[in-house]
Amino acid sequence: MRTVIFRTIAPYLAALMVLFSVFVLLRGHNEPGGGFIGGLIAASALAIYGIACGVAAVRRAITLHPMSLSAAGLLMSALSGLVSLFTGQPFMTSQWWYVRLFGVEVPLSTPMIFDIGVYLVVVGSIGSIALALEERESD
Amino acid sequence: MAAPDTAVDLSQAMRLEPVLLGDWLVVAPLLLTILGGALCLITRKNTQAQPKIAIIILTLLVLSCAGLLARVLDQGVVTMVAGAWLPPFGIAFTADALGATLALTSSLVALAVAVYGAVDIDRSGRRYGFYPFLLLLMTGVCGAFLTGDIFNLYVWFEVLLISSFGLLVLGNERAQLDGAVKYAILNIIATTLFLIATGLLYGIVGTLNMADIAIKAREIGMEGPLVTVAVLYFLAFAMKAAAFPVNFWLPASYHTPRIVVSAVFAGLLTKVGVYALLRIFVLLMPDARAALADLIALVAILTMLIGVFGALAQTDIRRMLGYLVISGIGSMLAGLAIGTTPALAGAIFYAVHSILVMTALYMAAGVMRALGGSYSLRELGGLYGANPTFAAVFLMLGFAVAGLPPFSGFWPKVLLVDAALVGGHGWIAASILITGLLTTIAIGRVWVFAFWRGGAEGTPDGYEKALAVPDPRVSGAGIWLPLGLLLGLIVLLGVQPEFMMQVAGRGAASLGEPLGYLRSVFGDAIQ
Repeated sequence: MRTVIFRTIAPYLAALMVLFSVFVLLRGHNEPGGGFIGGLIAASALAIYGIACGVAAVRRAITLHPMSLSAAGLLMSALSGLVSLFTGQPFMTSQWWYVRLFGVEVPLSTPMIFDIGVYLVVVGSIGSIALALEERESD
Repeated sequence: MAAPDTAVDLSQAMRLEPVLLGDWLVVAPLLLTILGGALCLITRKNTQAQPKIAIIILTLLVLSCAGLLARVLDQGVVTMVAGAWLPPFGIAFTADALGATLALTSSLVALAVAVYGAVDIDRSGRRYGFYPFLLLLMTGVCGAFLTGDIFNLYVWFEVLLISSFGLLVLGNERAQLDGAVKYAILNIIATTLFLIATGLLYGIVGTLNMADIAIKAREIGMEGPLVTVAVLYFLAFAMKAAAFPVNFWLPASYHTPRIVVSAVFAGLLTKVGVYALLRIFVLLMPDARAALADLIALVAILTMLIGVFGALAQTDIRRMLGYLVISGIGSMLAGLAIGTTPALAGAIFYAVHSILVMTALYMAAGVMRALGGSYSLRELGGLYGANPTFAAVFLMLGFAVAGLPPFSGFWPKVLLVDAALVGGHGWIAASILITGLLTTIAIGRVWVFAFWRGGAEGTPDGYEKALAVPDPRVSGAGIWLPLGLLLGLIVLLGVQPEFMMQVAGRGAASLGEPLGYLRSVFGDAIQ
């Protein structure tokens, strides 16, 4: 699999896929997409990069262990449900903040934080499975 | 900060009045265990810190479950609907006396297991995630006990199933993988049946909210498709609960993992299945329970007897205890088969008792292994001489599981036998009593071989073989604190059963006459 063409293309491809996964993640509130599918795309980016350049390179690139990434996502999702504790509303009631950034109104919300958490859980868990499988193969 | 204009009347869709802080106790068990599980996962390399985090989180879990139970007993059923959407569209968490009691008992057991695990689980076991899995298992267990939505119940079953896979293969031995495959396949089939049944149920009643199903199913009555759904549910949860004839996965897998993992499995997993049966057949579809009562009674009697016969035949203590778990499931199903409020109270009390005593017995088996170097009754011996206090502890646990007074197993059996005789189910009463007798014999057999006999099989009377120096860990607080906690609760429930009787009665009443449950979800307009 490690042809010159693939090795040259893979980093760009992986970068594009991660970018696309973030796009899918953020678009997911009103249109098809979301944390789960975005996470899967990002995890396949990690897998492709791992096939081309070796698992060690992937692990260096993502800095954190995929399991920690997963746990951080879980933490984030759970905490996003807790915000409504302070507004006297039930668990997981969505909270919205309309922030003006560079003259554009950006709606931020707890469902988005929840979705980013889901994204991280999926990247972390599927990524760690993929990397473990690839590692076994190259030994 | 400008909200968009909305011309929609939100009160039609959402609950707008503020939520009391106390209502958060319904979701607190889930949040605590998810956050704790994530923290333990992040710190999994720090094997020293993990037990501390887990024990702190589980102590908080016990407190929050106790608070929830107190609130339920004080103010009736507590409901919180996620995202403020009105039921039946929002996903409801509804805690009644049954769910809150079982959640509290489970969290106590999990705390005991976490303390025991700090001694029993080595560094590699911790690195491979004993504590994260334990906490996420508790998320699944508490979620199943507290949810008010049947699809959500399925999700919590998945959560606890996946965590239990992780715990089951901790250690990576060949026998463990063998046990895990059997466990996984049977449980996945059961979960799939559960999902199919839920899909069919949704097709019939058009709702997933349990309170809503309870209303709609009573309106429909026992028309054709609902019977099919009920039978599918019965099969799915009977598999989960390890009832005869779908019990074989339990003794095939529960002896393979670390003993503390077996302890938490034996305590919690099958009881979640029994809980789901009680919830679905009494609260949601009482007509189905009445229609299937004879079948449930037959399954209950056979489960009790097959379980205890299996226990008599085993030489491995862990396998024997596995069969005793099955036998106990039969007693709980007997309560479901009889179906009157006292019988259901007996089943609930029995579930609490079984959660405590089976975990304690598996922990005791771990101590026996540490003292005598084996789990086999052929090789064990002389444990009475090695540690008389522990011998007394084991005997007390044995009496409790057999249902002898003054321990926790006695009162639920009294309730069940009494309810069976009142309801004219002589066979059920007889089976419960025979099972109690045979369980006493099974425990007596362990006692005679492992404690009284001087050494391994073939040791002549009056000869005491010197035991190898026991594992120094068995004298530590890490073993005796959790075992003492569970034993204390077992004795307390046996000596002072009034409180538990009352709580179990409340739980049974809220299942049988669900007005309080329905009003908690839909408001006081429900008649």
